[in-house]
Amino acid sequence: MHPSAEQPWTEGEPITDTRAPDGPLETRWERRRFAARLVNPANRRKLTVIVVGTGLAGGSAAATLGELGYNVLSFCYQDSPRRAHSIAAQGGINAAKNYRGDGDSVHRLFHDTVKGGDFRSRESNVYRLAQVSTQIIDQCVAQGVPFAREYGGLLDTRSFGGAQVSRTFYARGQTGQQLLLGAYQALARQVHAGTVKTHPRTEMLDLVVSDGRARGVVVRDLVTGEISAHLADAVVLATGGYGNVFHLSTNAKGCNTTAIWRAHKKGALFANPCYTQIHPTCIPVSGDHQSKLTLMSESLRNDGRVWVPVQAGDTRAPGDIPEDERDYYLERLYPSFGNLVPRDIASREAKDVCDAGRGVGPGGLGVYLDFADAIARLGKDAVAAKYGNLFEMYQRITDEDPYEVPMRIYPAVHYTMGGLWVDYDLRSTIPGLFVIGEANFSDHGANRLGASALMQGLADGYFVLPAVIGDYLADGPFGAVPDRDVDAVEDDVRAKVAALLAVDGDRTAESFHRELGRLMWDLCGMERSAEGLRKALERIPALRAEFWRRVKVTGSGDRLNQELEKAGRVADFLELAELMCVDALHRTESCGGHFRVESQTPDGDARRDDEHFAYVAAWEHTGAEPVLHREHLGFEAVTPSVRSYR
Amino acid sequence: MTTTQVAGSQQRHRKRQSALLRLWSSTVGKKAVMAVSGAVLLLYVVAHMAGNLKAFAGPGALDSYGRFLREFGAPVLGHGGLLWVVRVVLLLAVVLHMTAAVQLARRARRARPVGYAKRAKVQGSYAARTMRWGGVIIALFVVYHLLDLTAGVLNPNGVPGQIHANVVADFQHWYVVLAYTLAVVALGFHLRHGVFSALRSLGVASAKRAAAVRATALGVAVVVTAGFLSVPFAVLFGIIA
Amino acid sequence: MKYTLKVWRQSGPQDAGGLVEYEVDDVSPDMSFLEVLDVLNERLVLAGEDPVAFDHDCREGICGMCGLMIDGVAHGPERATTTCQLHMRHFDPAHPIVVEPWRAAPFPVVRDLVVDRSALDRIVEAGGYISAPTGSAPEAHAVAVPKPDADAAFEAAACIGCGACVAACPNGSSMLFTAAKLTHLGKVPQGQPERWSRARDMLDAQDDLGFGGCTQTGECTAVCPKGIPLTTIATLNRDVLTAAFRD
Ligand SMILES: Cc1cc2nc3c(=O)[nH]c(=O)nc-3n(C[C@H](O)[C@H](O)[C@H](O)COP(=O)(O)OP(=O)(O)OC[C@H]3O[C@@H](n4cnc5c(N)ncnc54)[C@H](O)[C@@H]3O)c2cc1C
Ligand code: HEM
Ligand code: HEM
Ligand code: SF4
Ligand code: F3S
Ligand code: FES
Repeated sequence: MHPSAEQPWTEGEPITDTRAPDGPLETRWERRRFAARLVNPANRRKLTVIVVGTGLAGGSAAATLGELGYNVLSFCYQDSPRRAHSIAAQGGINAAKNYRGDGDSVHRLFHDTVKGGDFRSRESNVYRLAQVSTQIIDQCVAQGVPFAREYGGLLDTRSFGGAQVSRTFYARGQTGQQLLLGAYQALARQVHAGTVKTHPRTEMLDLVVSDGRARGVVVRDLVTGEISAHLADAVVLATGGYGNVFHLSTNAKGCNTTAIWRAHKKGALFANPCYTQIHPTCIPVSGDHQSKLTLMSESLRNDGRVWVPVQAGDTRAPGDIPEDERDYYLERLYPSFGNLVPRDIASREAKDVCDAGRGVGPGGLGVYLDFADAIARLGKDAVAAKYGNLFEMYQRITDEDPYEVPMRIYPAVHYTMGGLWVDYDLRSTIPGLFVIGEANFSDHGANRLGASALMQGLADGYFVLPAVIGDYLADGPFGAVPDRDVDAVEDDVRAKVAALLAVDGDRTAESFHRELGRLMWDLCGMERSAEGLRKALERIPALRAEFWRRVKVTGSGDRLNQELEKAGRVADFLELAELMCVDALHRTESCGGHFRVESQTPDGDARRDDEHFAYVAAWEHTGAEPVLHREHLGFEAVTPSVRSYR
Repeated sequence: MTTTQVAGSQQRHRKRQSALLRLWSSTVGKKAVMAVSGAVLLLYVVAHMAGNLKAFAGPGALDSYGRFLREFGAPVLGHGGLLWVVRVVLLLAVVLHMTAAVQLARRARRARPVGYAKRAKVQGSYAARTMRWGGVIIALFVVYHLLDLTAGVLNPNGVPGQIHANVVADFQHWYVVLAYTLAVVALGFHLRHGVFSALRSLGVASAKRAAAVRATALGVAVVVTAGFLSVPFAVLFGIIA
Repeated sequence: MKYTLKVWRQSGPQDAGGLVEYEVDDVSPDMSFLEVLDVLNERLVLAGEDPVAFDHDCREGICGMCGLMIDGVAHGPERATTTCQLHMRHFDPAHPIVVEPWRAAPFPVVRDLVVDRSALDRIVEAGGYISAPTGSAPEAHAVAVPKPDADAAFEAAACIGCGACVAACPNGSSMLFTAAKLTHLGKVPQGQPERWSRARDMLDAQDDLGFGGCTQTGECTAVCPKGIPLTTIATLNRDVLTAAFRD
């Protein structure tokens, strides 16, 4: 790539989603399911499906495919499938059940999600997501997921950022954990039944493509270091998001881009890589040693009030600042949504007040999230019942008691809307390679609404993929994979491992990751400018070159070697980061999580440019400049409007 | 074999066992057996302790109580019949109790072949951690005690039937009192945790009752300890002559 | 501040292993215990030595991946806290801190502080689920669940599968883990049909895997980061005993 070039990418042919049915939105999914070919139960046993990832998406998919009778091989890098990063989700899961009778419906969830995504997602997909959402709740309840309930024994819900109805189901502050345990238990049941074989502590390092089809994966056993290939009739990637490219994020330490990045290099298009979500309510950074950021669930904004001192540089303790010298800026700027504005807005406003010198706490990178009013109104017990565990977590980390002093929060990278491009059937551009969950780009457009990732992961895994994968597998089994196709990939992987070990330089992989993260946060984070992105595009390749010259990985490849794992992941982040910046540079509009300083209204609001950018940017890897394929987005049911929460 | 295979093959084997055998072969089943046999032993110990208190009623009382025990049920069971029934039940209980205890202890050892270099002070209760050694002390004591007061061979007086005299002869000596005291205190600890544990082993789970369960256990332990110790100390201090 | 750590080093399952002493400078009270190991590891790597292997992932106390025996207490001195959420303000720099892996026969050491806890997965696979194939579920509101039951199920379901209970139990028993799972599923109406077989099968799996039996010592609940109550074990006992007399 030539970073100095005016345009560091090449224009390619447009791309279309050929599997999306048209006609009435309401029946598209029904019709697609009916049209999809089925595999006879006796034949399913003869078909093997690899599912990489055991989060909500991968766990639910592997379990369901196992129940259907396919032969499933499941992989994850943790020591148990139940530890996938989905377990950390706190707030809840959306579903259009309308149990409150507050005006919710499939159509409203659809509408909110398309609007929340700033009109950068596909109507067909989002409508299906909203339809399937109600089944998810039924399924999880049947599995024994202990959702919060009312005294009458019925399910409780709460409201979440970006919505005016109460449609978020939750299990205290541990919704992701409880949903994942449900999926994991379903998976365990299939392991017992013999349909699924799990491979924990196994990392996918490459994809085997043979005769134009995805036919397997090459993995490294993280305990023995053995590199081997596993073959199948289809491969499903459910490997989660790549937010860790920023080093500091709310993601688990092991979250990585390796699986999807390698698939991208093997031909799968990567869509909207620059769309990242910054979550407004995280615990601020406390020092250089910081290894990750901790999210405080967004649900806190239901009862907490966000404010900063009116005066810049006001260092008084929060309790000493009188009411009229406080600026509840979200309530002031967005009277109808107040503290519940969508994440991107809440984040950017926090950054703005901090940039104006009104931030609080060490370094001035924080705003208050105050529960004094809620405690006065509801009582401490009621607040504790709702948020007790979150308050505890906060206190444990900061040594401050949020019942007494307001919490300090600051935005942090949280979620990546971008991912591998998939069509309506969740197929990537490599036949036989399906991508589900956060790893694909599909349903959230340029910004994801709170509590919608869990919904999407489970929709993909339990309901969508199992319903359509048969249409592909009906042509299988696909026969033996020639040895040479497998050996070549294995050799590549071995060579890369050897190369990492051979550098023997003088910097740790962690130090490169930290440097890359800071660079990305500054130049491709909450605000992006052409100038900054160009600077990033100069620095990333240089950093990558330095990595391959100076990284130091100790030990050997034939046993547990966590340095080696980390170095491999950082190496891939160093490549992905560049594509993110190219994508961010090419999209000169502001939309959702992508805010270009050049594209804003006089009040500083994001300015979307539907005329030029109503498309999905799907990037092709060439080894040189990436090639841009546009997928046009049409809106029939929801008219693109300026997303206003004022 | 991988852990999956081990679990799988064992499970198939299990399915063929009868429910009770399957229960006994499990750790929970063994604990249930310990709880039931422990309860039998506890009943005996409480009755025995209560009987001992007759020593305060004068020399004749204890001896005639002993005779009564041997004669009770005689028409049906013959002389000493009830006693033998009790002995058989006790023996059975002791055997089951100890078998289960030993098996569980060995299993625990196998489950942690390598210990910790540093182990912090006990967080759970002291009584709970000393069940096994406490049990051994009690077992050794019972052997000594039988030789002492039932067979009489280790008793300074040692005349069968002269229960009162044997007892008094014993506790003139501080070291005999010490030995009995150690054993009875060990028994107290054993019961303190044992009664609580037995209820839990048999499934008394309510959190609301947890405090009551612990209080009961403590009460039983204190009463049994105090009741038993009263006799040797009364003799030592000349209250019983 | 400067701390001395005595860390268990063991290069592989077959090696003997032993404690090695390290000093770490510039530790701030806001650092987490794992961040101190991170600092140590960066230094070791630059010195060309093998860094200390330890498990971790979410670093926010929910995935259950981390877990160290710190000064003889599973997850360290703070109650209801995972190792990743333990901060250095709780340690006195004057005393060396001893760091060891979980120890139990069913948890063989993989390397240094990393152990293999897959035995816990085997226990769940033996029956720790409700058989509800995807698509078969009735409407969620078809059955109301009394709030106290839902809350009790949740309390037990909060287990993160870290294995600290096993590490702490003098008998090397995984009873609290198994009991948490059984209590969770046994509390909701959906879990009733398989309740008894589930109890039996999970207990048998646990026994077969070589875990010790529970003698109600209570060490497990004292270290459990999620405060799983000891009463869950009584619930397990009751279910297992009931199961034996039910068929
Ligand atoms: C702190 C936090 C809170 C959140 N709260 C909410 C919320 O309240 N509501 C909501 O809707 N969303 C929430 N989200 C977002 C949501 O949790 C995630 O988007 C979602 O869980 C992703 O699920 P997934 O199945 O796609 O991937 P993950 O759960 O991330 O799973 C990825 C899987 O892939 C495996 N894997 C990855 N790479 C490899 C590889 N190379 N080889 C082998 N295996 C690999 C991992 O082992 C893992 O099993 C939250 C996210 C965070 C970080
Ligand atoms: C013969 C010597 C004895 C030995 C070796 C022994 C050993 C043990 C052991 C190892 C335990 C299990 C520890 C635990 O559950 O935490 C136990 C429990 C118990 N013991 Fe004993 N014991 C002995 C005698 C007695 C006696 C004489 C009594 C009665 C007075 C008794 C009553 C109990 C009770 C009630 C329990 C609890 C059972 C349970 O937890 O389910 N034991 N014993
Ligand atoms: C200090 C207290 C004790 C005193 C004074 C005492 C006294 C006696 C006496 C006098 C006998 C003989 C009775 C007879 O032969 O008829 C006896 C028997 C016995 N005692 Fe004790 N005892 C004491 C404590 C205990 C304890 C703590 C235990 C058990 C843990 C115990 C268990 C027995 C048993 C098993 C027998 C034999 C019963 C039989 O004949 O089968 N005793 N005791
Ligand atoms: S019961 Fe507690 S200590 Fe045991 S695995 Fe679960 S969370 Fe960890
Ligand atoms: S410490 Fe062990 S003995 Fe039982 S109560 Fe806990 S499992
Ligand atoms: S790292 Fe996830 S619980 Fe500690």
